[in-house]
Amino acid sequence: MTTKPDARSEILARVRGALAGTDVAPVQVPRGYRSRPERLDRSGLLTRFVERVEDYRAQVTRCAEADVIRTVASILPTGARVVLPPGLLWDVPGVADDGFTATDLDGYAAVVTAATVGIAETGTIVLTHGPGEGRRALSLVPDLHVCVVRADQVVADVPDAVRLLDAESYRGRPQTWISGPSATSDIELDRVEGVHGPRTLHVVLVS
Amino acid sequence: MVSTGSTTRGGSTTRATFVGMPAFPAAARTALADSQLRANLAHATGTIRAKRLHVVSEVDDWEELRLAGAAIKDNTLRHLDEHLLTLETALTARGATVHWARDAQEACRIVARVAKDNAVDEVVKVKSMVTQEIGLNEALATEGVAAWETDLAELIVQLGDDLPSHILVPAIHRNRAEIKAIFERSMAAAGRPAPDDLTDDPARLAEAARLHLREKFLRARMAVSGANFAVAETGTLVVVESEGNGRMCLTLPEILVSVVGIEKVVPTYDDLDVFLQLLPRSSTGERMNPYTSTWTGVTPGDGPQQVHVVLLDNGRTRALADELGRQALRCIRCSACLNVCPVYERTGGHAYGSVYPGPIGAILNPLLKGAGHDPQTDSLPYASTLCGACFEACPVRIDIPSILVDQRAKVVDAHRGRPSVTGVAMKGAAATLRTGRRLGLAEKLTPLGLRAARLLGVAHRWTSARDLPPPAAESFRAWWQRTDGGRDDDQA
Ligand code: SF4
Repeated sequence: MTTKPDARSEILARVRGALAGTDVAPVQVPRGYRSRPERLDRSGLLTRFVERVEDYRAQVTRCAEADVIRTVASILPTGARVVLPPGLLWDVPGVADDGFTATDLDGYAAVVTAATVGIAETGTIVLTHGPGEGRRALSLVPDLHVCVVRADQVVADVPDAVRLLDAESYRGRPQTWISGPSATSDIELDRVEGVHGPRTLHVVLVS
Repeated sequence: MVSTGSTTRGGSTTRATFVGMPAFPAAARTALADSQLRANLAHATGTIRAKRLHVVSEVDDWEELRLAGAAIKDNTLRHLDEHLLTLETALTARGATVHWARDAQEACRIVARVAKDNAVDEVVKVKSMVTQEIGLNEALATEGVAAWETDLAELIVQLGDDLPSHILVPAIHRNRAEIKAIFERSMAAAGRPAPDDLTDDPARLAEAARLHLREKFLRARMAVSGANFAVAETGTLVVVESEGNGRMCLTLPEILVSVVGIEKVVPTYDDLDVFLQLLPRSSTGERMNPYTSTWTGVTPGDGPQQVHVVLLDNGRTRALADELGRQALRCIRCSACLNVCPVYERTGGHAYGSVYPGPIGAILNPLLKGAGHDPQTDSLPYASTLCGACFEACPVRIDIPSILVDQRAKVVDAHRGRPSVTGVAMKGAAATLRTGRRLGLAEKLTPLGLRAARLLGVAHRWTSARDLPPPAAESFRAWWQRTDGGRDDDQA
């Protein structure tokens, strides 16, 4: 037993000591960035989304709802082992995730998932790993990630996406924000696509 | 014997450390004489400066975002105790175990204990400044636990038995040919060897890292990470990265320990909308980094089922007590201030003798450690020309020049044992700079404040180091090797 205060009480006491006598009146946080004027109409927004995703050297294919299965199938390399999350709305060829180990997943060449949000300004897709998106490992280990995004899921910018994702239904769920294939700039700050995450990202935009 | 992530030198298991580095002017002088280092740095910082300017200029309300980022962090710091308690409650409710660590030693002990309790002898690591700050890899090695760095640049540093020299790109001082040589020389001893036909093409080098690390990701039972942000309200941690090594570490192992500085807290989830705009554009000069992962305690059936969070002080409350300096705790470690700093570009990161180099390191180290304790730290506030470029680049508007001047005063005071004339004058200069900012006249008044500072001689130490044409007696690396990373050398 020790009479020394535990770390928690000591750190909190240090914080309070450090702040003693400080003016704690809140500083105004400017939030104008949350209501930026809309510069693009709906179709302009989707075009921007496609451009920005392609900017990261990810591939994008646009198709109609009725063509999703055919489009996805045409993207998947012939004979590739494909793993699918439970709850995927489209009946594409592949094996449903059965709680595979990481090593099992390493044996799959591709994964097909849905997404929750697309962000036009940054070319980002956000997965919240619910039905149709799968647990995190699923969209991570296989080398090709085909991600189906519906046009009505695409928002203008990061503040719009955060507002959506702040909803009660996503509370506590893990999220993965994906902007292009994995990449590194660690060698002379030259961007190289393809490190540990999927080396190919193919976004299917459905409208 | 357990294999370790550190390399063996002279029979004992060691790893390069910053301990015993010469003070900044001496280290800078040797670094300046290394032309390869200067060429690598000039190329790298030039590239990233251009990218950053391009993506920042796309955002019309960038200045408002900076103000918002600064305001959110300031508001949080002013009630830090309450936010930490909220965070603890939220994390605990979500199945995470929260630990508190007063200092580096305590934090390392906690991580080592988690490893021991789970009979783990190796961990995979997500790049994290804070685990370098606390010397976690070395501490784990002494406990027989190997720590594998998985970020490409960190891997280069670890395999090269080298030291990080940049916050974002720790191996920024290495060019592709050097990296190829390091991989060929050292990968085999750490696991899967480099491919026989490796070239210095960055894509081939990245692929070699992918192959080398994949076996480690697939078998690792425990990971250690930091966090870029910790949301108090929800207990959500956020890691921002590029390569996917972060996702691997945060997702595949059974056990995850995240060491989080207490200043990483933001109050609410929606506050992230500011930082997820500021950070990637300032850091890698991208509209968005490839991957951002968030997790909230334990998610059944998805990712680690044993989640620990270590809340670390290690000098942060000391910095918090410094009325002017506490704004340094807003720092989101983007490294923009390094990339625009004329001093950093010429000396590189090693000269700062800390995991936090560049302008932020020049203020953060003395704020965390206090003035008057060691000559290395005391020399850092002088490692600047006070040109103000760091403030302009900083996404959370940290007034680095004013803090530098204020810290110089504190160093002087600490050495005199009482407030000195110079010290008081420098506080005056700091106040001038500060007032200038408040009045919105920063651009006009900064040069005035600088001139005042120079007249007072506060810039003298750096100026003399820079202006001397000192063909150093030996190169930085030669010094490094001869002195075993400074261990066998005095402050010479
Ligand atoms: S001080 Fe500012 S510019 Fe420098 S790393 Fe921190 S946030 Fe970035």
